[in-house]
Amino acid sequence: MPESSPNAIEVTNLVKTFAGVAAVNDISFTLARGEILGFLGPNGAGKSTTMRILTGYLPATSGHVRICGFPVTTHPDEIKRRIGYMPENNPLPEDMRVSEYLYFRGRLKEVPRRKLGPRIDEVLELCDLKRMRHRIIGKLSKGYRQRVGIAETILAEPPVIIMDEPTIGLDPHQILIVRDLIGSLRGRMAVIISSHILPEIEVTCDRVMIINQGRVVAQGTPAALRREIFGHSTYIVEMAGEASSLTGALAGFEPFLSVAAEAEADPSGFRNVTLTTQSEAELGEPLLRAMLGRGLRVRAISRQHPTLEDVFLAATRRSWDTVDAKPQK
Amino acid sequence: MKHFLTLLSHEIRMLLVSPSTYIAAVLFLAVMGSVFNGILDTYSQAPQEASPASVFFQLFWLPVLFMVPLLTMKCLAEERRLGTIETLLTTPVTTTEVVLGKYGAAYALYIALWGATGGFFWILGKFAGDRRILDLGPLVGGYVFIAVSGLLFVAIGVLASALSRNQAVAGILCFTMLFALIFGVHYLADAAWLNTDILHPVRAAVGYGQVLQHYEDFTRGVVDLRQLLFYVTGTVLSLVFSILSVEAKQIHS
Repeated sequence: MPESSPNAIEVTNLVKTFAGVAAVNDISFTLARGEILGFLGPNGAGKSTTMRILTGYLPATSGHVRICGFPVTTHPDEIKRRIGYMPENNPLPEDMRVSEYLYFRGRLKEVPRRKLGPRIDEVLELCDLKRMRHRIIGKLSKGYRQRVGIAETILAEPPVIIMDEPTIGLDPHQILIVRDLIGSLRGRMAVIISSHILPEIEVTCDRVMIINQGRVVAQGTPAALRREIFGHSTYIVEMAGEASSLTGALAGFEPFLSVAAEAEADPSGFRNVTLTTQSEAELGEPLLRAMLGRGLRVRAISRQHPTLEDVFLAATRRSWDTVDAKPQK
Repeated sequence: MKHFLTLLSHEIRMLLVSPSTYIAAVLFLAVMGSVFNGILDTYSQAPQEASPASVFFQLFWLPVLFMVPLLTMKCLAEERRLGTIETLLTTPVTTTEVVLGKYGAAYALYIALWGATGGFFWILGKFAGDRRILDLGPLVGGYVFIAVSGLLFVAIGVLASALSRNQAVAGILCFTMLFALIFGVHYLADAAWLNTDILHPVRAAVGYGQVLQHYEDFTRGVVDLRQLLFYVTGTVLSLVFSILSVEAKQIHS
């Protein structure tokens, strides 16, 4: 039975070519029910195309997509009932009132007339739109329009939600609201969001998938991605003293710890030294003790956490390298 | 077809809140009113052979050429330009339902506008005090012709709107297609070079497609099944092509 499928979304070997150019090139992933997936990638990476194929709006060139166990190509009606989709740029009709629009969309999405009224109140409350319910959409500011789009997406309580850049153009306060809103869907709905705002993805998503040139270049939890892409930890020590005693201190307890960079000393003799290691263990305290033991003066020590931004940049750069390395035909 | 009524009522509602509908309606009624006024003027000066109704409907092409593009150019082109077609088609509605909903709303408005001209005849009947002046035959025939030919004209407008994302292009395309249908076919039917034997089937086909001829038949009370079939098949074809066009553009977007 398709309904009993454990995965909300299953994508296998998805390919989409436009006039011979591959926009999506052999992407496979699964998303469990209730999980939140962040979709990252530079412009033109194939994010929007993939999302459109998932919704059944675009046909794929090859590969399989299943939503809640239903194949997209053979059961377009079934999957459209199970998806809430907000396209890029959030297109909305200009000359409707917010509540009218939601009512119309609810009827199209087959929400029973009886339940629709209370449900509209509920989503308006969730999206902080109560005061705007009688406003005309064309006159709303960008942030409110964005929230109308989100309200519409979750209106029919679909098991799968796909949002293309939901936080674009929002102020920090509204981003926070949207983030909480998406977070509140965790466990109930499977969500895919694409975004350029990387901290956003990091906070809200259980899993991150980075694509470039239509290929998946990295996927996993943000922490796993950091490990995978960088493979080392970095410490920055602000210290004064002889460099030779530093290497001595390092050799004493962690042979893989090495000096990666050393900055110019300031007038008081302190300088920043960058240390890298393969080890994942927390080395801050033993390092500090070893350095103090060698008579080095230490003013600060910190472990660098690569942001998702660094991961994103490194992963896309790596994929460009593999693309460039291929012989051009 | 579950969502057809939802879409139709939505479209009609959108037409009713749009100022352009009212502008179009006022202009239409002003033009038709002055035409009617001119007819009454002529009739008051000298006795005429034809009834006022048949003369009035003779000018049907004037509002058709300008009103139909205005009413229909927005329907699909605007959805595509704004991108709302994407949100619409990712709900459990089919392209057929969307196109039929738009078509139904535009046709309803077209008929409503023509229906409003019935007021002219009502006023005439009320104040003329002469039953002969209101010849019921041409009047009913004229309105039946408007209703039947409107099916095809509005469908052509929807097709034009489905072909372009630009409203102006859709409007001009619609105008051109209607002009070709009404006057181009009429011109072809008179063309001498079609008189050769080998082109006889073409000539016969052109003969059946003369909208101006259909109008005359209808107002004389002749409702020919072949003519009805012409409009119905034309309508169905235009709508099928509209649906295919929307779907094709979706694939190649």
